[in-house]
Amino acid sequence: MLQNDMVESSPLRDPHINFAYLDERTKRMIRRAILKAVAIPGYQVPFGSREMPLPYGWGTGGIQVTASIIGESDVLKVIDQGSDDTVNAVNIRRFFQRTTGVEVTTDTTAASIIQTRHRIPETPMRKGQVIVYQVPVPEPMQRLEPREEETRKLHALQEYGLMHVNLFEDLAHYGHISSTYDYPVLVNGRYIMSPSPIPKFDNPKMHLNPALQLFGAGREKRIYAVPPYTTVESLGFDDHPFEVQRWQSACELCGSNESFLDEVIMDDQGKKMFVCSDSDYCSKRQEKP
Amino acid sequence: MYVAVKGGETAILNSYELLAQHRRGDPNVPELSVAQIRQQLRLSVDRVMTEGSVYDPELAALAIKQSAGDLVEAIFLLRAYRATLPRLGYSKPLNTTGMHISRRISAAFKDLPGGQVLGPTYDYTQRLLDFSLLATGKPAPVARKGQVNNEATPRVVDLLNHESLLESQLPEEGDPDPFDLTRQPLRFPANRSARLQNLARADEGFLLAMAYSTQRGYSGTHPFVGEIRFGTVDVCIVPEELGFEISVGDVLVTECQMINQFQGSQTQPPQFTRGYGLAFGHSERKAMAMALVDRALRADELGEAVTAPAQMQEFVMSHSDNLESSGFVQHLKLPHYVDFQSELELVRKMRQSHALPKDDHAAE
Amino acid sequence: MQASLKDIGRGFSNPTLCSQAVFRQSLVALSLPGQPQTLDLNLSNPAMQVPENAHAAAAALLLALLDQDCKVWLSDGFASSHAAAWLRFHTGCTLVTNSIEADFVWVAHANELPAFENLVQGNAQYPELSATCVVQVQDFDTAPTADAWTLSGPGVKETGHLKLVGLTDNFVSARRNSQVHAPCGIDFFFTHKDSLIGVPRSTQVKD
Repeated sequence: MLQNDMVESSPLRDPHINFAYLDERTKRMIRRAILKAVAIPGYQVPFGSREMPLPYGWGTGGIQVTASIIGESDVLKVIDQGSDDTVNAVNIRRFFQRTTGVEVTTDTTAASIIQTRHRIPETPMRKGQVIVYQVPVPEPMQRLEPREEETRKLHALQEYGLMHVNLFEDLAHYGHISSTYDYPVLVNGRYIMSPSPIPKFDNPKMHLNPALQLFGAGREKRIYAVPPYTTVESLGFDDHPFEVQRWQSACELCGSNESFLDEVIMDDQGKKMFVCSDSDYCSKRQEKP
Repeated sequence: MYVAVKGGETAILNSYELLAQHRRGDPNVPELSVAQIRQQLRLSVDRVMTEGSVYDPELAALAIKQSAGDLVEAIFLLRAYRATLPRLGYSKPLNTTGMHISRRISAAFKDLPGGQVLGPTYDYTQRLLDFSLLATGKPAPVARKGQVNNEATPRVVDLLNHESLLESQLPEEGDPDPFDLTRQPLRFPANRSARLQNLARADEGFLLAMAYSTQRGYSGTHPFVGEIRFGTVDVCIVPEELGFEISVGDVLVTECQMINQFQGSQTQPPQFTRGYGLAFGHSERKAMAMALVDRALRADELGEAVTAPAQMQEFVMSHSDNLESSGFVQHLKLPHYVDFQSELELVRKMRQSHALPKDDHAAE
Repeated sequence: MQASLKDIGRGFSNPTLCSQAVFRQSLVALSLPGQPQTLDLNLSNPAMQVPENAHAAAAALLLALLDQDCKVWLSDGFASSHAAAWLRFHTGCTLVTNSIEADFVWVAHANELPAFENLVQGNAQYPELSATCVVQVQDFDTAPTADAWTLSGPGVKETGHLKLVGLTDNFVSARRNSQVHAPCGIDFFFTHKDSLIGVPRSTQVKD
């Protein structure tokens, strides 16, 4: 069953493909990994990632996680950059329609599973919902130390000096911390984790969130999790605490000055306007101003 | 008035149509058949099978047709297909000693049992474009009789082993199962079976560059081609109900044994060390590159200092799979405007602070 | 106990859909520690035939999660039951006689739980390589009584309460000792009939 604003040419469930595409043995392997991930918040569990019909780097991790948890009665929302209609989100949603036949939606409040790339919806989530993040680089220290053999030891010893020094060097050099997205967080006071390339604006939403947050990195073959009501703290210093972005203007379409805004270039004279990145949040506000 | 962009679904469906047209090309030109690709682009088919990790020339040819000749895309198609196939069982190790040889050479010896069989190779052709191939309709070349080698052809490594000149490569204690890269995530340090599997399906270009680097001083292992052999080998299984070996078919493979820098000590007499390469079909460049990199990656095991990229397990094995490398490089085409927005905001802010007049540099 | 094919009862009527549904509830159970989840076992039609001495929730959970890659240890309470054969038949798992080798441990009566030293708990670099214990209890309650545990930590909104009947007296202290080696540890699912309660290693338990 589709919502009114879904395109009529949405694909039908293909009976030749196993439910959610993955074979049952793969699903079990991933499910066991997810359970261990939930038991060890913020820790990256290695898993035997499979080749999927979409390329590595394009969301295969998120897709494998969603494919392993999704059931017939789920309602699925897929967004990319906060929008339901970017080509990548459309592609992934069609994939699930074709392989599961589940109901799809653009309404954040109606979804039981939200698969997302690079944003957390503005509308707060509730207990019982699951948000699945697509993760390109699960290792928060990779840019500083590319060898996994080394970073694994650092995580084991809770040796995060490298990260703190890097942030401090930014402050010394620029006066600002230069990470504006994929800003590292400390989960449950133990593991430093990559929240995926969400803007740091979204980081506070992760803290004590009532929903279950799952993270899938297909190419790097890692799954991790933040259970509901878990502490997620963005790294910072006492004299330079973590802060989020703010805009000068409000959304041109709905008037919100609380949401993350996309910059749209209007002409070649540099005229621009700002609109909400979260398409569902924005359209709902426009309907009910 | 600005209207939010919609129509992603329509755009995708339109792109499928355009792609289909581009793939087919000029409809007045006869359509390429899968059989033609399989027969006449066989070296492309061999590469796609090797890196796709599936021995099925017809499927590989289909993948090449579907991807309009983009071999990395074809490899992706085959791998994704492979991921849907059930695992029925495992074959016995291939007996390459008993290969029906089409080509067999050794650089290490002038002559040896079984001889040097040149076989079908581009090696000694003059690389001059053959314009006669622009036309079709020439009668197909006929195979000459007596080219099949029926002589016993022992492997060079086994010959060297008579004098214990070459390190032996016996299975580990208890003959444990090899690591399965298609099922388990890689862990570092990786054992040799994991490394070899990773190299077998590795991108040929990447492996070639890594191998080349070892010849130019980025680690040096003094390699000699002990043997390259190309031909068909039987694939054998031992069904539980029968209890004995049966052949379920044969595959064309290329095997390369490199003989490398000798090692020894006060107590251990010196022996040559080895590198191994194996590929589906006729893929010498790949098998040779694989053997050179295999040897380089054994640096740790052989007590050599790890100084060059080709010796670094993580570096080689994390970047060798072209599904991963192509996927991640090309993923940069996906929308990244939210993250870019965050960067824009910061850079603008920093530039603003820069532009502010400083106390000790009063404006003129 | 040796079993012939006719002794082995039915598994899920639709393994794909039933495994997903049971897994999903186990995910909820582990994400919200101490909150009982009632499994909807009517999804399997005809119903799964639960082996003797097994709780429906425990049997369903293991049926949903296990496959040929898993090693399972069953406590003595299953010695006279076909539970082992049933599990092996339906999932292809391997049975082990030593609990320290097991990925999954199925305990018929809570006081049969092996000592923590006899369970694999992972290591600092790979803490996930640890056992998951499915422990059948005689009863449970979530009322905030004096004899209930107080729970806190990930998945618990502020605090929770849980009383499990049948565990040995030293369970909490033994578990607390193993938490010293966090993030290593054992993850638990407690079952009673068709109810499932998750207590991962990350939960703080005060008795």
